Amino acid sequence: MTLLSVVFYVLAAVLVGSSAMVISVRNPVKAALFLVLCFFSAACIWITLEAEFLAITLVLVYVGAVMVLFLFVVMMLDIDIVQMREGFTRYLPVGAVIAGIMMVEIALVVLSGRFELDNVARPAGQPADYSNTRELGLLLYTDYVLAFEVAGLILLVAIVAAIALTLRRRPETLYQKPSMQVQVKKSDRLRVVDVPSGTRQGDVE
Amino acid sequence: MSLVAEDILIVLPEIIVSLMACLILVLDLYLPARLRAWTSFSLALVTLLITVLIILSNSDSNSVVGLNSLVVKDRISDLLKAGICLFSAVVFVYSRRYALERGFWRGEYVVLGLFGVVGMMIMTSAYHLLTVYIGVELLALCLYAMVGMQRDSIPASEAAMKLFVLGALASGVLLYGMSLLYGLTGTLVISEMSTEVGQIGTPGLPLILALILVVTGLLFKIGAVPFHMWVPDVYEGAPTSTTLFLAAAPKLAACAMILRLLAEGLEGLFQTWQEMLIAASLFSVVLGNVVAIAQKNIKRMLAYSAISHMGFFLLGILSGTAMGYSAALTYILIYGVITLGVFGVVLTLTRQGTEADLIEDYKGLNHQHPWLAFLMLLLMFSLAGVPPTIGFYAKLSVLQSVIDAELAWVAVIAVISAVVGAFYYLRIVKIMYFESPDTGTDIQLNCGNAQHLILSLNALVVVAAMPWIGTLAEICSQAVASIR
Repeated sequence: MTLLSVVFYVLAAVLVGSSAMVISVRNPVKAALFLVLCFFSAACIWITLEAEFLAITLVLVYVGAVMVLFLFVVMMLDIDIVQMREGFTRYLPVGAVIAGIMMVEIALVVLSGRFELDNVARPAGQPADYSNTRELGLLLYTDYVLAFEVAGLILLVAIVAAIALTLRRRPETLYQKPSMQVQVKKSDRLRVVDVPSGTRQGDVE
Repeated sequence: MSLVAEDILIVLPEIIVSLMACLILVLDLYLPARLRAWTSFSLALVTLLITVLIILSNSDSNSVVGLNSLVVKDRISDLLKAGICLFSAVVFVYSRRYALERGFWRGEYVVLGLFGVVGMMIMTSAYHLLTVYIGVELLALCLYAMVGMQRDSIPASEAAMKLFVLGALASGVLLYGMSLLYGLTGTLVISEMSTEVGQIGTPGLPLILALILVVTGLLFKIGAVPFHMWVPDVYEGAPTSTTLFLAAAPKLAACAMILRLLAEGLEGLFQTWQEMLIAASLFSVVLGNVVAIAQKNIKRMLAYSAISHMGFFLLGILSGTAMGYSAALTYILIYGVITLGVFGVVLTLTRQGTEADLIEDYKGLNHQHPWLAFLMLLLMFSLAGVPPTIGFYAKLSVLQSVIDAELAWVAVIAVISAVVGAFYYLRIVKIMYFESPDTGTDIQLNCGNAQHLILSLNALVVVAAMPWIGTLAEICSQAVASIR
């Protein structure tokens, strides 16, 4: 057992353990944090596979951006755990049967001997100065430039669609209008009342 | 790889339309509201028409593969791209008034429509599984948003949700099939895949599984049985203008995708996918036509009619001959023209607060608007396939190709269902001509002069084009000649 396989098994154990925690902890914030741990362990495994760029992207994009957004959403939503667990016992037998069948099927496939490590030769490692960021960049901006540009269009459409579907002026919503706030004059807001001495203000009106 | 002018020329239409869509998006922010409704509309129309001209002027018989085999420009892509742009321009003309009245004719609606056109054009010229997939996704994303654009309508939101969830599922299935194909053949380029698959001989289980997944994705996208469940709900729930958009042009793009993937890339598995398509096509034709009889809502009826027409389209594909592919291409073009006209009439009868989507709403249309009723009569005859309309020719040519492929029994079942289908098309004619309108109802037309003129031309074409139908068939058969 080489050092690399020790590292792999440790990382894989953390990954599987934290995945189990994601679906089993009661607190959704903790579940989201365990998901962060999952992504991080997966990124580490990718590093051992020499896919540095993908690993760093996974951490930056998923841990850095997506999960932070996700945490915000989880914290802002009022999730009723009791309501979500309702019917758990009712669906348990069906779920258990399906899960059991799937486990047997996976076991049949995985233990069939086709996935033994000896079946696939280990790809030769790249030299230390090899940059897979550069290789990916070359592919993306030359051979697959059209696909890259169209993917950009898809993201643009997603932004436009999301804004078009959610942005609307509701008459009952109150807005601040900065231009009008700036233009406001003293006479619009302030009324100077001449109060004779010896009287209370209420008497004047 | 170096970029050369030919590479750019292949995707020139896509570049123009996407640049103009971005321009409209930005202009829409800065122009005053009064101008906005006109500029986005007219710019979109001009863009689409200019693109049609550019496509036609660059059209030649060579088929050029470019941009690292991501795209191809041949007669099929030229013909279908021009068709998609033209159909979408007509869709914009028909839907403007409808969408304005319902308050969702904003710049974004036009922009999403234009990006949808880009997606369709990418699908038609895709020569690489990656390009096929991103084209499908670009189109699908635009359609989801356009269906849900009418925020206050609960049916529209429901339809958008259904389309989104099922569309995502279908994309996933398609992608899974593509990834298996990549694993088995080692290539994503369609021509190389064709060679690889041809060398395999008898297909093994993994290849058949990949084929099943790809065919499932394709059938879902065109809405053929057994993957048709979304079609009626989406057609009915979506705003009529969006229904029109997704009923006409995307079918052309799907036609190109099916021709490229099945007829060209997976040609070696012809025997296998022919059996699948025979089942899908016959179920579509029978179920679509029978269930349409029971519908009270005209949009839902047209949805089931669309399912049955997709069955007829598949008949051409499954015959597996050049003649069959050409017949299928002709069929889809003709069906697109007729669909535009039918939904154009439906849109003309809607107005603020009325959808005119029940079949009863057409009662006695002839008494008040004889010209519109006549146009609808032509369109209904054409959908039913009554001579001398082009709908008749379309059905005739696909049936001819099926019989030539020695599948006469398939043709017999299709014809019997088409006769069943004639019932509900003719019922609309009967309601318009032989029933008197409910007392007190006054059917108003809701369309400008230009829209009325285009609608009339569109409907008259289904009869007037009959003398030139040979030319269309010739163009289509030249187009499919580029499939190896």
